Amino acid sequence: MAAAEFDIPEIKDEIEIPKLREGVMAHAKSFIAGKPVQDFMGYPHELGEDWKERAIDKMGDLLGKYRSLKVFLDACVHCGACTDKCHYYLGTSDPKNMPVARQDLMRQVYRRYFTTAGKLFPKLVGAKDLTKEILDDWYSYYHQCSECRRCSVFCPYGIDTAEITMAGREILNHVGMGQKYSNEILGKVQKIGNNLGLPGPALEDTLEGLAEDIEADTGVPVKLPLDVKGAEVLLVTPSADFFSEPHVESLIGYAKVFHAAGINWTLSSHASEAGNFGLFNGNYETMRKVAMRIRDAALELGVKRIVVGECGHAWRVAYSFWNTLTGIGYGGNDPFSIELQKQLDPTYPQPQHICELTNDLIKSGKIKVDPSLNDDLVVTYHDSCNVARASRMGTEPGGQFTIPRELIKSVVNNFHNMADDTIYESTFCCGGGGGLLTDDLMEVRVKGALPRVTALNNVVKEHQVNFMATICAICKAQFTKVLPKYGFDMSMVGGVHQLVSKAIKLD
Amino acid sequence: MIYAGMFYIAAFLLVAGLVYKIFDYSRTPAPLKIPTTPAPTTQTGVVYRMAKEVVLFESLFKSNKWIWVFGWLFHFGLFLVLARHLRYFTQPVWFWVDIVQPFGKYASLMMVAGLAGLLARRFVVDRVRYISTPSDYLMLVLLIAIGLSGMMMTFVAHTDIISLKEFFMGLMYFDVQPLPQDPILMVHLALVATLMVIFPISKLLHAPGLFFSPTRNQADNPREHRHVAAWAARLDQNN
Ligand code: HEM
Ligand code: SF4
Ligand code: SF4
Repeated sequence: MAAAEFDIPEIKDEIEIPKLREGVMAHAKSFIAGKPVQDFMGYPHELGEDWKERAIDKMGDLLGKYRSLKVFLDACVHCGACTDKCHYYLGTSDPKNMPVARQDLMRQVYRRYFTTAGKLFPKLVGAKDLTKEILDDWYSYYHQCSECRRCSVFCPYGIDTAEITMAGREILNHVGMGQKYSNEILGKVQKIGNNLGLPGPALEDTLEGLAEDIEADTGVPVKLPLDVKGAEVLLVTPSADFFSEPHVESLIGYAKVFHAAGINWTLSSHASEAGNFGLFNGNYETMRKVAMRIRDAALELGVKRIVVGECGHAWRVAYSFWNTLTGIGYGGNDPFSIELQKQLDPTYPQPQHICELTNDLIKSGKIKVDPSLNDDLVVTYHDSCNVARASRMGTEPGGQFTIPRELIKSVVNNFHNMADDTIYESTFCCGGGGGLLTDDLMEVRVKGALPRVTALNNVVKEHQVNFMATICAICKAQFTKVLPKYGFDMSMVGGVHQLVSKAIKLD
Repeated sequence: MIYAGMFYIAAFLLVAGLVYKIFDYSRTPAPLKIPTTPAPTTQTGVVYRMAKEVVLFESLFKSNKWIWVFGWLFHFGLFLVLARHLRYFTQPVWFWVDIVQPFGKYASLMMVAGLAGLLARRFVVDRVRYISTPSDYLMLVLLIAIGLSGMMMTFVAHTDIISLKEFFMGLMYFDVQPLPQDPILMVHLALVATLMVIFPISKLLHAPGLFFSPTRNQADNPREHRHVAAWAARLDQNN
């Protein structure tokens, strides 16, 4: 199915809550994963005779393993507070994109098979038998959720639709309806080491080329080392940083920071990917397997610090889950964690975000910057959803908002925030997160970006903003593709370290 | 005595159902750290966050002022009304229960007004109408009916409170006493028993559920503390 033609929504003065238009996005379906992809992941690639039992069994399994799922499916009172909080609802007006309705796609089945009320009085409580139609709805609408957690901020019980979406996708995988885009990437990262499928030698070439470019540009021999044993810092960054625009500008920025601060650092070909799509599919084991590559690389290279580049969901996995999954962090007292902990330098947080690192270096005067070099820019900052609502930087809650802004303000002179209800914990997703960054979901991506674009448009009009900084590889890729559809220049999006790169003083 | 039997059964189902649900929630692990951030970094901070959710409905306040006003009126009203009802179950009546008596009396107005507002939203707001199931309406109707029948006895036709108290004290000490044969009272009590039975098998589980919600009850300290669920810890051993 070719992606259908669709109208680009009109940017209004304010973010408006649309009237319901039922079923308008039911057609939006990303490609289903074929046999080789599913085989590698250990999932079937088509619905078998017994798909219904498999689905219900898997749901039962997940209900026993995840308290979030169980409590969230029970606790919702249908109050409606979340109904106008999802950017996909705001952008598409399809009611099944309201967070609670998205949850209800699963809740109706949960109630029917797992609760007394749903078994006895299905009609009364909206419980339904699992059918192929419902399964198709799951496939459609669980791939119209970027797992951004905006709804969980506003729900009185913190119900996080992302948890339900993840469980939904995991069940879909188990009955043979995997998503091509995400599962292909999960294959590549496990076979080759990164989401782009860029093999070690190609990576080495790319990095050498970049080093030459930097030297040609600045006259300073800034290196991008690969697989250096005994380096102090292992930098793990999304593979898009190696060759996508504008991502690569930030990679150059990291390299300059390490160079200027005199930190001995390395990238790893084995762990050449910070991203972890295992998160999106709600499979703990897959997520763990992907993350283990970083632990293995850290042990192999003997590094003392692990630093993560600009990537939203990767930072969530790194900050919130690496310690759990792989023992990268502190506080473990089992042999598995101790093995790594005794190698890491306890004076630094592990893992550390590149913004934490650079901001500390600038504040302590270890690197010098000249913000006037960015005077051609009027900058705003897009809080990426996973950084904002699923992680932290620094020692205080909310450091994930203040540290990147502090850093930006130290390297640029003109900065303006977007409207309050569209930043910090209320930030709107770029529209392409959570495994949706594929051309077959372009309509969902463009429409889902509407709230963010509306807020951006207002600061453009009011303050002549001409650059939106962000620290997420997906946001960067999504915006460069989607902003032009709304009439903005794609080069107005870039990383925070792209700004650092321009302002930093190299000697 | 049908009503005595009814209350024993209802109380048993309520308690057994809730105990089971709470046991079930607590035995189900939360394998990953998923607090919605910014989140408190300490356990004390978590208690404070949770207290704000329970007492002030903080997240709801951020998201929707109308639902917040109606919901808070209803719940706070309900709380005062329930507190006032304790006088039928305590002898001598605890001193603070005495203090809330006059407030509890008018709190019923708050409660019913809040419920009416919530019910109206279900009809008026297209998004809320879309997600409402029959049980969502019925639950509100049930609570309004409980509130109204109670208010009838407080403000219009007083019932025989002395023998009502004897009835409930009797139930508590397994010495069944007759119930005053007042039709309004009987309707009120039958509805309350229904609510008790429904509680552990319905969305009313939001009350215990909130305390088990990982996005609200976890501290944000994953870099400092390793958090591993039992089923997940087994994976570490294969390495
Ligand atoms: C820890 C105690 C409780 C907390 C924190 C709590 C909190 C909430 C919140 C935040 C809402 C959503 C807003 C609203 O619609 O009002 C809600 C809804 C509701 N609560 Fe509670 N609640 C608690 C106990 C109870 C109890 C004991 C009842 C029993 C009767 C109850 C009945 C309801 C009902 C029926 C609704 C849905 C209202 C609607 O249909 O819109 N709650 N609760
Ligand atoms: S997690 Fe984000 S995308 Fe998914 S339903 Fe909630 S607000 Fe929408
Ligand atoms: S805000 Fe929470 S409780 Fe209310 S409808 Fe949405 S998910 Fe359900």
